[in-house]
Amino acid sequence: MAEARIQPNYRLVGTRVPRHDAIAKSRGLQRYSDDIDVTQMLYAKVKRSDYPAAILRKVDTSKAKALPGVKAVLTAEDVPVNAEITKFGQMRDVGGGFEGLYKALASGKVRWKGDPIAIVAAETEELAEQACDLIEIDYDVQPGVFDPREAMKEDAYLVTSEDDSNVIMETNIISGDVDAAWDECDVIVESKYYTSPHDHAYLETESGIGWMDENGVVTLRVGTQVLEHFRTIAKVIGTDHIHMRNMSCMMGGGFGGKEDITVETHIALLVKATGRPVKLVWSREESHQCHSKRNPEYLHYKTGAKKDGTLVAQSADVVMDGGAYTLCTPWVHMYSTYAGMGPFVIPNTRMHVTSCFTNNTSSSANRGFGGPQVNFAYNRQMYKLAKALDMPVYELMLKNVVHNGDPIPSGYIPEGYVAMEEVLTGVYKQLESKPKVDRLPDGRRVGRGIAVGHMVTGRMTFLHDSSRVSVRLELDGTVTVRAGVPDLGAGQASSIAQICAEEFGLDITDVMPFIMDTHLTPLCGTTTATRQLYMSGNATLKACKIMKERLLDEAEKLMGIPSDQLRFGDHRIYFRDNADTFMPFVEVVNNLSNDGGELECIAQFNAPFSEVPDLLNIRGRVNPDMTYTAKGFEVAVDEETGQAEILRMVIGADAGRCLNRNSYEGQLEGGAVYHSLWATTEDLSWINGVATCNNYDGYLLPTTVDVPELEDVVLESGGGLGPYGAKGIGEPSDNDSAPALINAIADAVGVDMNMDYMPVSPEKVLWAIKGKSMEYNRPDVWVEESDPDCETLIHEVPFHDPVVKKNF
Amino acid sequence: MSERIKINLKVNGEDVTYDIAPEDTLLKALRANYNYDVKNVCEIGECGACTVLLDGEAVKSCVTLAAACEGHEVWTDKGLGENDALAARLQDAFVECGSVQCGICIPGFIVAGVGYIKNIGDPDRKSIRKYVSGNLCRCTGYQKIIDAIEKVALEHERGEI
Repeated sequence: MAEARIQPNYRLVGTRVPRHDAIAKSRGLQRYSDDIDVTQMLYAKVKRSDYPAAILRKVDTSKAKALPGVKAVLTAEDVPVNAEITKFGQMRDVGGGFEGLYKALASGKVRWKGDPIAIVAAETEELAEQACDLIEIDYDVQPGVFDPREAMKEDAYLVTSEDDSNVIMETNIISGDVDAAWDECDVIVESKYYTSPHDHAYLETESGIGWMDENGVVTLRVGTQVLEHFRTIAKVIGTDHIHMRNMSCMMGGGFGGKEDITVETHIALLVKATGRPVKLVWSREESHQCHSKRNPEYLHYKTGAKKDGTLVAQSADVVMDGGAYTLCTPWVHMYSTYAGMGPFVIPNTRMHVTSCFTNNTSSSANRGFGGPQVNFAYNRQMYKLAKALDMPVYELMLKNVVHNGDPIPSGYIPEGYVAMEEVLTGVYKQLESKPKVDRLPDGRRVGRGIAVGHMVTGRMTFLHDSSRVSVRLELDGTVTVRAGVPDLGAGQASSIAQICAEEFGLDITDVMPFIMDTHLTPLCGTTTATRQLYMSGNATLKACKIMKERLLDEAEKLMGIPSDQLRFGDHRIYFRDNADTFMPFVEVVNNLSNDGGELECIAQFNAPFSEVPDLLNIRGRVNPDMTYTAKGFEVAVDEETGQAEILRMVIGADAGRCLNRNSYEGQLEGGAVYHSLWATTEDLSWINGVATCNNYDGYLLPTTVDVPELEDVVLESGGGLGPYGAKGIGEPSDNDSAPALINAIADAVGVDMNMDYMPVSPEKVLWAIKGKSMEYNRPDVWVEESDPDCETLIHEVPFHDPVVKKNF
Repeated sequence: MSERIKINLKVNGEDVTYDIAPEDTLLKALRANYNYDVKNVCEIGECGACTVLLDGEAVKSCVTLAAACEGHEVWTDKGLGENDALAARLQDAFVECGSVQCGICIPGFIVAGVGYIKNIGDPDRKSIRKYVSGNLCRCTGYQKIIDAIEKVALEHERGEI
C-alpha cells in the first residue's frame, strides 16, 4: 500500500487531524432538520399522484379544508409562480437544452407516480395525513411511457404538457473517423448494457422546517446541496431575494439527491399561507419513490483493436432515461458524453448521447453524475476485448491508458496531472500481492476483476463557476471562516478550516467555520461536481493570503524584519532564519486592529471560463480538472446459488494532494462501497415508474459483512488544480466498483452472458453458469409467473451477449 | 385515536414518566421527549440508526414497543457519553479514526459498539462486523467505524478503560 508523501513544510496538510464536526456528531449533539422543533409549528404533508401518467381533470380540496385543525390546502392554482426554469446555482444563463421546467405542484399532465398535486398544513401530522386522504382528484389516466428508447420515437406518448417531443438533449463528441477505422481493427467487440436507477438511499430523508421572521423574511432550515435555490423558491412564492432565506442544516447524507429542490418550496408556500412555522418530513417510502435517481442508461458500445491490443476505434450510442422532469439530466448527460470513451487513447471515437423524458421518477444527480454508467460499459468492453485478444486485461489497459499530455476526444489536453498509469499499476500490484486460488475450500469459485476510471472535478467551465469565502481574524488570535458551503458530511467545512489553520500557523481548533446561510455567509456555489475543495478551498487560500500580507506588513513594522523573511507557525510569526525571533500571532492581530487595519477579507475564486460548446460537436475544454482511479475486486461465487461474495476490494486514486488523510480515505472508501452493490442488490424494482422496493428491507445496501477490509492505494502526484495540488475525490471514488465486481464475477464463472444488464442478480449469474442467457426482466415478476425451474422464461437473446468479430 | 397512557422508565439514568399512545414505539417516545440523538430513519428495524441500550442490550428502538419498556432502563448515545467512560472513549475514538462523515448513523453505531465491547469484547474485526451488521452507514464504507470499535475493544481488553 502506498503511503502518503507528506510534505515536510506542511504542518496540517496530509495529516489525520480530527474534523471539527465529528465531535458533536459522535456525542449525539448534532441536530439534523428533523431534530429541530419550534413553538406553534404546523405539520405538512404532500398529496401525490396515484398514477405515473394522467391528465388532471379536477382537484377538489373542499373536504380537506373543512377538517378542523387543517390550516392550509394548496394546489397549483394557489402558487404565485408555479412553473420556473430549473437552475442549479449557476451565475450565468446558459439557456439551450440545459434549463428545463421546475413545477412546485403538478398542473396539466401528471408526469410520474408521486408528482405532488397538493400540500397540506395542519395542527398534527395525523390530521395532515387525513386531510390528504380527503382530497378528491379526478384523473384522465394515460398510458405513459417508461422506456426512453420508446419515448424517443416520434409517435410516443408525450410526457409533458409543454413540449412537442420527449427528447431532452442530444450530444456528440467525435474524433478521427470511426466508420473508416473499423476496417483497420483485428478484433471488434460490440455489446449492449443497461445501468439501473441507483438510489442514494441516504439515511436522512428530505426534511425541513420554516417560519416567517419579524421582517417578513420566509426563513428555512432545510438541508440542501444548492443554497442558491433560494432564488427559485423566492420566485415561486412570489417574493424577492431578500425575503427568502435558507439557514440550512447539516445533512444526513446527500450524494446528489439533495441537489434538486425537495421540500423547500412546499414549506415556504405553507409558511406564507398560514403565517405559522411549518415542518415537512418525507417518509422513507416517500423518499425512495420520490427523490431523483441516477439516470438509467441504455448503452450500445463497439470497441476495436489491433491484435497487439492497440485500441483503434470506439463508438457508443447511449439513451438516457431523464424521468419526468429535466432537473439535472442535461448536466448528467454532459458528464456521460465527456467521460464515455474512458481514460484511454483511442484515435477514432464517437460518443453520442440522447436523453429523454419518461413517466418514471425523475433522474438527476447521483454521486458520479453520469460517469459511473459509461464507466460500467467501457470497463466491461475492455474485459471482453482482452478475452477476445487472449491477453490479460491489465496489459490491455496499460497499453492504452492516457498519459500526461495526451488529448482527450474533444481535443483538449488536460491541465491537471494525469496519473492513470501509476494508479492502475498501483492497484494491480496490490491485488496481485496475494495469490489467487481458483476455488475456496467450500467449493466456491474465485475470480478477479479490475477497472479504471476518470472523473471530472469542478463544474463545467462554460458555467463560469465561482466561490467566495470570508476569513476574519479575532482579537484573541482565533479565526472565523464564513462560507456558504453546504456540508453533506464529507468534511467540506472542516477542509476550509484546516486550510486556514495551515496558512496562519494555528491549530484546527483555533478556526471555526460558520457555514451555509444564504444571507449571512458568502455564497460558495453548489456542493456538487466534487467542486467544494477545488473552488472554496482555493477561495479560502486566496483570502488567507490576502490576510497574511496584511499581518506580515504589520509584523515587519513591529519586528523590523522584511516581511518576505517572516513565516507563520506555532501561533507565531517568526524570523525565517531564527525561530526564536518571533511575535505571537495574537499580538500582531491586535496591533493590526489598533492601527485600524482590515481584519476581514472576502475572496472570490473563479474556475477557468469557456463558451457554451456546440452540443452536436463538442470541442475543447469543458471541465477544470480530472481525477484518475482504479479498482481491483476479488469475489467468490457459489455455483449452486449464483451468489457472489466480495473477498477483496483494492481501491486506488491519485489524490493530487491529500488535505486530510482521514477525510480523503473516508471519501475513497465510502465511494467504493456506495457503488459496490449498485450492479447487484441495489434494485428499486421499478414497475411502470413505481419503486416496489422502497425501504432498506427490499433495496439492499452494503452492510458491514457485505464488504471486506478495504485496501487503499493513495497516490499523490501533487498535480491537481485544487489547494496544494489537490484533486477531488468525492465522486471519482465511485467509478470502477460496479465493473470491477462484474468483471470479477465473470472471471470466476468463466462466462460473460447475463452480466451486462443491471441488476446482475444471483439468478442471472446462476443461469449464466448453466450457459443460458436471460432477457432483462424483473426477478420478482418472473419468479411469480414461471414454473419452479424458471425454464419457460429463459430467452435466447443474442444481442445481449457480446458480438465478437475476429479478423485474425 | 387511542387513549394515552403513562409509562415509567429510566432514561439515561433519570427516572421519567412518558405520556404515550399504546402503539407508540420506543423511538417515538424518546424523540417526543427531546432525545434527538436517537435518529428516526427507516422505522422498520433495518438500519440501526435508532439503536439504544435496553437493560444493557443494544436494541432498535423503532421496533420496540414503548409500553413494553415500563420499569426498564434505556441509555442513548448522548447519555452514555456523559456517564460512561467506555462510551465516552468510543465517541472520541470515532473522532480520531475519521469514522464520522454525515454522522446520522453514528449515535446508533456507538451504542451498538458499546453493546459489543461490554457484551462480547473480542477485538476481532470479523466478530465486530457481524455484531454491527444491523447498522447501516451510507457514507464511510465502514472501514473506519470498525477501526474505532476495534481500537477501543483492544484498550478495554488491556484494562485501559
